[in-house]
Amino acid sequence: MTRLLDVQDLRVEFRTRDGIAEAVGGVSYGVDAGRTLAVLGESGSGKSVTAQAIMGILDSPPGRVTGGRVLFRGRDLLTMSARERRRIRGAAMAMIFQDALSALNPVLPVGAQLAEMYQVHRGMSGKDARRRAVELMDRVRIPAAGQRAGDYPHQFSGGMRQRIMIAMAMALEPDLIIADEPTTALDVTVQAQVMDLLAELRREYAMGLVLITHDLGVVADVADTIAVMYAGRIVETAPVRDLYRRPAHPYTRGLLDSVPRVNDRGARRNDRGARRNDPGEPAGRGDRARRNRRGHHGGRLYAIKGAPPSPLALPSGCPFHPRCPRAQEICRGERPPLYEVTAAAASPASGGRTSACHFWKDELDGLDV
Amino acid sequence: MPEPFDTRYDTTEALAPADSGGGPLGRATPGPPILEGGPRRRPLPWRTGPGRRSGGPAAPPGRGLWSDAWHDLRRNPVFVLSALVILFLVVIAIWPQLIASGNPYHGDLAKAQDGPAPGHPFGYDLQGRDVYTRTVYGARASITVGICATLGAALLGSVLGGLAGYFGGWWDALLSRIADVFFGIPILLGGLVFLSVVTSGSVWPVVGFIVLLGWPQISRIARGSVVTVKEHDYVQAARALGASSGRTLLRHIAPNAVAPVIVVATIALGTYIALEATLSFLGVGLKPPTVSWGIDISSAAPQIRNAPHMLLWPAGALSLTVLAFIMLGDAVRDALDPKLR
Amino acid sequence: MASTSEPAGASEDSGASGTSGASVISGASDASGISGASGTAEPAAPVLEVRDLAKHYPLTRGVLVKRRTGAVRAVDTVSFALGRGETLGIVGESGCGKSTVARLLVSLERPTAGTIHYRGEDITRLSGRALRAVRRNIQMVFQDPYTSLNPRMTVGDIIGEPFEIHPEAAPKGDRRRAVQELLEVVGLSPEHINRYPHQFSGGQRQRIGIARGVALRPEVIVADEPVSALDVSVRAQVVNLLESLRDEFGLSYVFIAHDLSVVRHISDRIAVMYLGRITETGTGPEIYGHPTHPYTQALLSAVPVPDPEPREGRERILLTGDVPSPANPPSGCRFRTRCWKARERCAVETPTLTVPPDLPGPAAHPSACHFAEERVVVPAPS
Repeated sequence: MTRLLDVQDLRVEFRTRDGIAEAVGGVSYGVDAGRTLAVLGESGSGKSVTAQAIMGILDSPPGRVTGGRVLFRGRDLLTMSARERRRIRGAAMAMIFQDALSALNPVLPVGAQLAEMYQVHRGMSGKDARRRAVELMDRVRIPAAGQRAGDYPHQFSGGMRQRIMIAMAMALEPDLIIADEPTTALDVTVQAQVMDLLAELRREYAMGLVLITHDLGVVADVADTIAVMYAGRIVETAPVRDLYRRPAHPYTRGLLDSVPRVNDRGARRNDRGARRNDPGEPAGRGDRARRNRRGHHGGRLYAIKGAPPSPLALPSGCPFHPRCPRAQEICRGERPPLYEVTAAAASPASGGRTSACHFWKDELDGLDV
Repeated sequence: MPEPFDTRYDTTEALAPADSGGGPLGRATPGPPILEGGPRRRPLPWRTGPGRRSGGPAAPPGRGLWSDAWHDLRRNPVFVLSALVILFLVVIAIWPQLIASGNPYHGDLAKAQDGPAPGHPFGYDLQGRDVYTRTVYGARASITVGICATLGAALLGSVLGGLAGYFGGWWDALLSRIADVFFGIPILLGGLVFLSVVTSGSVWPVVGFIVLLGWPQISRIARGSVVTVKEHDYVQAARALGASSGRTLLRHIAPNAVAPVIVVATIALGTYIALEATLSFLGVGLKPPTVSWGIDISSAAPQIRNAPHMLLWPAGALSLTVLAFIMLGDAVRDALDPKLR
Repeated sequence: MASTSEPAGASEDSGASGTSGASVISGASDASGISGASGTAEPAAPVLEVRDLAKHYPLTRGVLVKRRTGAVRAVDTVSFALGRGETLGIVGESGCGKSTVARLLVSLERPTAGTIHYRGEDITRLSGRALRAVRRNIQMVFQDPYTSLNPRMTVGDIIGEPFEIHPEAAPKGDRRRAVQELLEVVGLSPEHINRYPHQFSGGQRQRIGIARGVALRPEVIVADEPVSALDVSVRAQVVNLLESLRDEFGLSYVFIAHDLSVVRHISDRIAVMYLGRITETGTGPEIYGHPTHPYTQALLSAVPVPDPEPREGRERILLTGDVPSPANPPSGCRFRTRCWKARERCAVETPTLTVPPDLPGPAAHPSACHFAEERVVVPAPS
């Protein structure tokens, strides 16, 4: 079966006046129809650049795709003619941006912007298109859609604007939607509404959804598979439960351990005030053990040391090694490939797990350094 | 201090500034706008971070906006060229004797309108004066008017505009209205009216007139710039510390608000020189015996058919000077424009 | 607004701060035995006491002659107290007025009404020398590390500026050393003193901003979203730094954030704000484990938990609609337009922030709802 979207070894460079920045250094991921892939990463991890390269909206110059393939239903988007690609981009794949206010045309009523999609791509008459636009606004649960179709983007609240963005993306019932931080700019109660809407539409239309975010929480609720990016590369991919239960990369584990949780005040990893190399730590504790040690009042959070590297000067070997508690000599010298995390070592249910860590086995087993 | 902070959290990020390899000190090419995911409002990741050039804790002191700008300017051929031209003009404005040994007032009517001759490469004017010497001496008036008028307008405009922007309120409203009134005066008409009552032929009435009409432009820029900078958190931080208005203005607002003023002033300098020549051409600016390109152009204009050299040299010098200043302004704007960094 | 409800609200609020004073002590004693030393002996007077604070921004029309057409009620009758060594978390969505509260606390704005007592003195009426003296003791940490540091000043000048404004804080000869010490305290190398802010990463810049905030050894730090602009992997470092500074210098924090998880981690007591008012206040376990106000419940239930397991058993309260405009807030209870419990009474009578009389145990904490009842929305950790 061909996958809906299959990105293979994608590479993107940015030419800056201080040198060439390798923003994406060989990323592979895929998503099937009706599934959600979450791409998790911090700013500068290359997660958004990857999405732009897939959509063909990379700013170039300075950006440039230097390698890899982007297969959409088995056909490489990167080698296709510009015209063909534009047609696919309009009708079969769509993108939702973080900042809906700047993604919508400020001088056109939202109803007209939605109707335009139908007029241009479906050749509908103005009247039909407007009717469809109102239906669509209704579908994304904009109250009094009929009256509000004549309003301009700035007259809507942030959450409502994001719904309109979703409506725009949904208009032509695409097979794939890429959502780049769709809820980051929204308040938490509105965030929940928008994520629910996205998940519901995905189910209903059996679309593939690529959800790009930096928020571990948002991802946990909606994703099927998660790809974690760091410094322009994928460091781990796993089904959502496996990733949270038993991360196979020290970066993932560091992220998970460093976020405080609303249902638990305390620090997880170093709640006795010791770093991970505390000699008293029992070796080989599994995920359950790790979790049970939460909740010490007033403990410090676990913190990953250092800051994410600049794409202009990536560390040698594994890009995470300067910040990694597990780093050895080999990590400095040799870039880890994406190891297949085998079923024997992982939970039986998990298939297709990968980790770019020389010591993924130790990490998976929760071995301490 | 015993054990300043406990070791449970990590400070390695901070203590080893070069660990991430560093970035280009915030001067990267503007990246795609959509790249800015993650938490709101944040520049490209590689625009920040410890400097690549800073090899470790003992790194050289960093560059600020000015040294960054200077670093850019030195590599900009437009800047280098225009700066050389301007330097040359300033030198001959101060010491015209260096390259012109003759007397700009000395005329030999027998040679009136004669073409180039040995030792007189530009020929002679209507009164038999050496055009080369007069062109060289004419730089002084143009440069003096340009620089003094710009300094005056920039000083007046940025002080008034800056205060209006900082304090706001009625002072701001009043000043804006006054500036509007001055904006409304057509510059040539104003020049003809104001300057025709002045009998002195020196540069000062012209400088005064240009300052009078030029400050509102600068004050608008300065006001806008101050209003923007005033809202920045570091200004709020200074106020929260209890800093006085004077301190806030001088230490925090002025250094951050001055760049647009400099850019506009540098470009305005070229236009002020052209304005002086225009006014002199019309007979209300500088007046003989002051030597000025405008005056020479004016007297040469009727003779353009039989003695074009009389017009071409002063006019060429004027164009070159104006061009040099405008190019300099462009280069400075490119180096200082915050949108490009 | 009914004028009769305000004095009542005030007296209730002072009662509320009394109870919270007690919780400060218990919070401090079990948080870390080191820091709470000052509070254990007697119920010390709060460092900061805010009563009926309000800030209305007038909406005007006209250019020269300004006509008042209304007001944005950014903050409306907010009262709370901050104990010594205590961390008060203020949470709420954008536009709830939490940042305005921060600016009022550090005297960047003057309140329309209400008082802020610092060590028994109302600081809202102060000016000149007296205000400066107070400012020494109440400092602020800003949200955006990219705009809160003057790009034209070196790190040394930025951290040294507090000493220049308050020369009595450190003798002139000692300032450079003091700045270097501060750099070390916040985890930066003292050798970075001559660098400019743009040479640092976001996390490092926030450390510089924190160093400036603690330079004068203030008693109170008001931190407005101090970590929300930072990378996820760097946030924990800065949260830890704030905590260790609190312990080391005995600071009291007003920690303002929209991230409920971070607030829970760092705070002893939490106030939830909605449309300019505090809707519920209590200790971490009280607010997160036993919320009684419907808004708190909805807010908590919407927080994404980075764990796929509890999502099945989790109750989601999805609010409909948007936050109303603070220029035209609903009458009575401000939350009633989005509340599933709203009845007629809510539109008429403004609920006061009081302990609901019939609720037991940890649910008995101040909650501004006529129909307060406990509802557990945050699943216990598995």
